[in-house]
Amino acid sequence: MVVFLGIPLYVVIHGSLTTETNQFTFANFKQTWEFHSYRVAFKNSLILSIWTSVVGAVFGTWLAAAVVTAKPGGLLHRIVQSSSGVLAYFAGVPLAFAFIAALGLQGVVTVLLKHFGIDLYAHGFTISSMTGVGLCYVYFQIPLMVILITPALEGLRSEWRDAALSLGASKLSYLRHVAVPVLLPSFVGATLILFGNAFSAYATALALVGSTLSIVPAQIDNALNGNVLVGADRAGLTLGTEMIIVILVVMVGYWLVQRRARRWLR
Amino acid sequence: MRVRMSKRALLAVAVVGATGALATAALGANASSKSYNWSNAKSAAAGGGMKALIKAAKKEGTLNVIALPTNWANYGAQLNTFHKLYGIKIHSDNPSGSSAQEIQAIKSLKGRSSAPDVVDVGGPFASAGASQHLFAPYKVVTWKNIPKNQKDSGGMYYQDYGGFISFGCNMNLLGSTPCPTSWSALKSSKYHNDVALNGSPLSANAALSAVWAAGVNSGGSAKNIKPGVDFFKQLMSSGNFNSTDCNAASVIATSCPITINWDYLNTAGSWGLTGATHWKVVDPKGIPFGGFYNQAVSKYAPHPAAARLWQEFLYSTKGQNIWLKGGARPVELAAMVAAGTANKKSYKALPKVTNLSKAVVPTTAQSTAASAYVTANW
Repeated sequence: MVVFLGIPLYVVIHGSLTTETNQFTFANFKQTWEFHSYRVAFKNSLILSIWTSVVGAVFGTWLAAAVVTAKPGGLLHRIVQSSSGVLAYFAGVPLAFAFIAALGLQGVVTVLLKHFGIDLYAHGFTISSMTGVGLCYVYFQIPLMVILITPALEGLRSEWRDAALSLGASKLSYLRHVAVPVLLPSFVGATLILFGNAFSAYATALALVGSTLSIVPAQIDNALNGNVLVGADRAGLTLGTEMIIVILVVMVGYWLVQRRARRWLR
Repeated sequence: MRVRMSKRALLAVAVVGATGALATAALGANASSKSYNWSNAKSAAAGGGMKALIKAAKKEGTLNVIALPTNWANYGAQLNTFHKLYGIKIHSDNPSGSSAQEIQAIKSLKGRSSAPDVVDVGGPFASAGASQHLFAPYKVVTWKNIPKNQKDSGGMYYQDYGGFISFGCNMNLLGSTPCPTSWSALKSSKYHNDVALNGSPLSANAALSAVWAAGVNSGGSAKNIKPGVDFFKQLMSSGNFNSTDCNAASVIATSCPITINWDYLNTAGSWGLTGATHWKVVDPKGIPFGGFYNQAVSKYAPHPAAARLWQEFLYSTKGQNIWLKGGARPVELAAMVAAGTANKKSYKALPKVTNLSKAVVPTTAQSTAASAYVTANW
């Protein structure tokens, strides 16, 4: 824990708060905020993470709900459960390759659709755009949501529903007054995890687009590893610290909603 | 520590001692070359001439190079020829590495036998490495053939090969639309989602140079890259910019309709499309924009003689002609053409560049300033 988490954290945070001559400074932070390219990177990272986590959460919950209400141990149940387990971790280079092969400029799906008169690329779609990368992210966000939300959905006891209905509640009011309030903390918590998952994702975007997509992890790579910027290590470390801050906020939010969620799902 | 020596160990000690004595004897016989520390040699002559250098390098037996892709400016042939000529083993580390990684490797591998002996880096990294005292000054035998503005006067680093920015077109993707011949043509609506770089200008040297070349041809200069950044912002807002990172993989996967890159890297051959007829390279009209890489010997080279011999080899007629064959312009080209030693066939086959006399080739300081501007404004 100390070696794999503590020391890197110390090096990154310490580096972002010092000058080359080891003096304390906030100048690195000021600089990264003044640079247009880094502001764009943060904006892109946030947009990408927010929309893929919301889309992933909504569709993931919908799919999970379908599975939970289906016959337990049934075929649908088993297929979705096991494929979610596999697909949630199907990210990075293999996923990017699959997307290029399918939806790239000469990808199978692209060419096939063109055959039927639908030209994706003429409508402004490209796989290397934010939309393309986001679509790719959704591919691992939905299965991850299924894994995260299924326990909460299973914790929703059928007795509650029966009790509500026998007391004269409609299905809609059961959802509004019982199911949604109980599930909401778990749903928000899982969405926050998806957000963090997308925010820190690096390999998928890099393999799909390369360094041209301006997201924070790619800018850190440019600063530390590029062929252009000399002595930008501090900028790289500072961007790293800023990512840590964002993730910390997400973690605190997750901890708060989890505390609420646990009240119902014991 | 208590040591109990076995008979065998004692014997080993005796043998080592004897060889040691022999070595000392040999050293006495040829003290001048054997005891010379090549780490301090600022030229071959300082260490007793080329023969002494070759001998010392062969004795070291190994050369560590870093970040040299074999399909880049004919480096594959460069490495093979050197190995065959001197029988020195070459350890090629991290072939697709970047200049930043080369400089980092010198620092972090200091003192290890796996540390890089020599580096090939972009201008800003050459001057940064020199100011951080990571390089050892060395002047090759042909030093006078390197133009004055293309070398550090102290010999800390020196340019090696370069080229000019070109357009590479995949005609299968462009179809009936012709390959553009000027920078302003790239703005045409014909090239919607077509114009691509080999990475981000914050990360790839050629991409930065492409932005700069566009700038030089729309009111900018070696001192002013801003018009280039504006040019690409226009391409982005008009949808002509294609954000694919055009490397060998994406070019072969036909994701790059128009790739802007160095001319010596933009040929069908160096993309791994040898013989392909659909790949077309164009030298854009207007002011050519050139750039060179730099050689330097690491101050902490574990094989100091081999490192220096490698430099002598690269700057010999043979080494320079190998780069020339790869479509790159070796730094001694002008002197070689004048002396008639440049390979005529390769020279003729060089990617065409018109208006060469008007070419803009930025200095190291200008490159550093331009990359800072791009970081803040891209």
